[in-house]
Amino acid sequence: MKPKRKRLYIVLSALLCFGGATALVLAALDDSLAFFYAPAQIIAEPPGPQQAVRLGGLVEMGSVERKGQDVRFQITDQIESIPVAYSGILPDLFREGQGVVVEGKLSPSGLFEAHTVLAKHDENYMPAEVAEALKASGEWRPEGDEAGAKP
Amino acid sequence: MIPELGHYALVLALLVALAQSIIPLYGAHRGAGRLMAFGEHAAYIQFLLLALAFLALVQSYLVSDFTVLNVVQNSHSLKPLLYKISGAWGNHEGSLLLWVLMLALFGGLVALFGGNLPASLRARVLAIQALIAVGFLIFMLATSNPFVRVIPPPLDGRDLNPLLQDPGLAFHPPLLYLGYVGFSLVFSFAVAALIEGRIDPAWARWVRPWTLVAWTALGAGIALGARWAYYELGWGGWWFWDPVENVSFMPWIAGTALLHCVSVVEKREAFRAWTVLLAILAFSMSLLGTFIVRSGLLTSVHAFAVDPERGVFILVLLFIAIGGSLALYAWRAPKLSGGGSFQTISRESGLLLNNLLLSAACGTVLVGTLYPLFMELISGDVVSVGPPFYNQTFVPLMIPLVILMGIGPFLPWKKADLGKVFSRILGAALASVAIAALAAILLGGGPVMAVLFLGFAAWLVLSSLVELADRIRLFRAPLRDSLARLTGLPRRQWGMTLAHAGLGIAIAGMTGSTVWKQEQIETLQPGQSLEIAGYELVLERVDHITGPNYQSEQAVITVMVDDNPIAVLLPERRFYPVQRMPTTEAAIRITAGGDLYAVLGETDQALSEGYLLRVYFEPLVIWIWVGTLVMSIGGIISIAARQPVTKAKTKPKAEPQPAE
Repeated sequence: MKPKRKRLYIVLSALLCFGGATALVLAALDDSLAFFYAPAQIIAEPPGPQQAVRLGGLVEMGSVERKGQDVRFQITDQIESIPVAYSGILPDLFREGQGVVVEGKLSPSGLFEAHTVLAKHDENYMPAEVAEALKASGEWRPEGDEAGAKP
Repeated sequence: MIPELGHYALVLALLVALAQSIIPLYGAHRGAGRLMAFGEHAAYIQFLLLALAFLALVQSYLVSDFTVLNVVQNSHSLKPLLYKISGAWGNHEGSLLLWVLMLALFGGLVALFGGNLPASLRARVLAIQALIAVGFLIFMLATSNPFVRVIPPPLDGRDLNPLLQDPGLAFHPPLLYLGYVGFSLVFSFAVAALIEGRIDPAWARWVRPWTLVAWTALGAGIALGARWAYYELGWGGWWFWDPVENVSFMPWIAGTALLHCVSVVEKREAFRAWTVLLAILAFSMSLLGTFIVRSGLLTSVHAFAVDPERGVFILVLLFIAIGGSLALYAWRAPKLSGGGSFQTISRESGLLLNNLLLSAACGTVLVGTLYPLFMELISGDVVSVGPPFYNQTFVPLMIPLVILMGIGPFLPWKKADLGKVFSRILGAALASVAIAALAAILLGGGPVMAVLFLGFAAWLVLSSLVELADRIRLFRAPLRDSLARLTGLPRRQWGMTLAHAGLGIAIAGMTGSTVWKQEQIETLQPGQSLEIAGYELVLERVDHITGPNYQSEQAVITVMVDDNPIAVLLPERRFYPVQRMPTTEAAIRITAGGDLYAVLGETDQALSEGYLLRVYFEPLVIWIWVGTLVMSIGGIISIAARQPVTKAKTKPKAEPQPAE
């Protein structure tokens, strides 16, 4: 085969591979991104009912209700608070007053249906997005305040 | 005293590395043998100094020297011995020290075994290797010194994160680092070759085994990390497409591509410029991984240093290393083009396509990992890219790759006859389709993609076996001949067969445990039971236990099949008082068909309501570990391979050569 021909084939197959990959990436980015909201933001501009969303804030004190494996609690940024429903075992570090991130969808009724609850593995830990959101709402307290809570 | 010794050794190592990065390079430029030979001595000394520093740190951990800040922050006098030792590298400063130690180890190995390399190439490789060490040592001494003292010393330490107190995780970072840093050597070889302006099969014969070392260690490290996540995090998942997982996966993908194209350089002298570029990219990915993990740029459990000073420092290092080497590449690579010719259908083409697909796959992971970062910089929106993204991008790219993996080994160099190849693999292809269909029926159906991937798993294993059978002329020659051929097969052949078949086995496990996973969550009183996947799990009681540095609640669960007890599961919830941190210890019953995985949930209100139990059935999950183990064994066998093919052709070259 002539070198010119060969180069053409190589370039074509490279274009095909990377073009294909780019198309896949663009298509996937369109519908698999989860945007992060703080409670006040989600009330100001609610996402569609099918949109995957991450919601972060503090678990409101006294809001956790357990019924077997079903859990209800409120996530707050001290401006607004959003009711969250979750079914399953909560992570080890889930506590009232702690920062959490939940993933799921906001139902039209305003209840956040979470399929995942993330609480991080360190009593000082505050998810970065939550810390930003709290700073934005002026409710930021330096870490370690809740460190004394026992599980 | 010991920590000062360690600190002093670090400073000396920096000076030695500085000399090692300049003198041999100048020597190679001038053709001065003695200056070039300096590199080897320096490499040994640098390694010894860093080993000394590392031992000093381990010693501080062993005796729980709480005058050292690093020990205070990551250790505790009551911690078990293994975790005292592994605590030394389970943190930012210590892991960097391990990083540079490995860097120097690879340099020392080149000095030790590099006798058959051209002296100028050896000198340049050692110099580049030392240059990387200089960057990291300055970074360490300036921002992350592990030997900083605390005065007055506290009574006891803050302990290692309990999640990291695990035998698997004690070895996970060293293996990963062996992989990351292994690519540094390949990088040094690539840059040295660019400076020399030439690449020959001898270069490839050197680069291949080191790529294999890095590839095998990184792969094993990733598998170990996945296994740790599986049994320690209590979700029953083993891969989350977390940024920190991705950054270890990307150099592995690039390394896989490199591994395949370096053999083209070796056998056919083609793809030389591309190989050098891949070597640079593989190490760039490793650096990027270190950067992302160390700077805490992306939120993650692994990001233990959120410190802008460090971040900027690593960014500058990254920029110099990647930018510099790519600029060098742009300048010198045109000299490297050319090489053996080949037809459209040939092993070369197959490997080219392999490389294109792997690069594209690596690119999708890179985009997914960095996209949230750019998005936040540009628009301020905080987004996350999760598994759905990778399922829609990475996974489809694997389809042609896996099909090709079964065919590629049958393709001869230069020119292949597709008809012949197809007739040889038709049996394996049909059998794979049959197995996929059978699996679909047995598992009661499932998504098309999942059944497809089970078929691919079978295809990889079967085609590898057929290729092996072909090679030993099984059933076509007398059995005794076949056996003789089998024992005489080159190790590289075994390496490839095992790596390909191992991936097939692992794919079966990944598919089974992802798609057909079952989950049950129930609140039980002692004496009650729940059912999953044909098992009945009876909660007998919950005990309170005291461990060496934790307290624990342990559920005793009897597993019954047809009213016969077959096993006892003991999931725990532990509480580590020093770090005030609870952890979940899952109990797992492992069988070839699938794992039974039990987790004890929150129990503080337990007495009134019972205990919350979460149970998973994970089909075939064990085959992930078996498959990755088989791949690693393939890698190890292949590392030790002799280099038989090139003997006749390059015999004279193999002699030690004087400098050019």
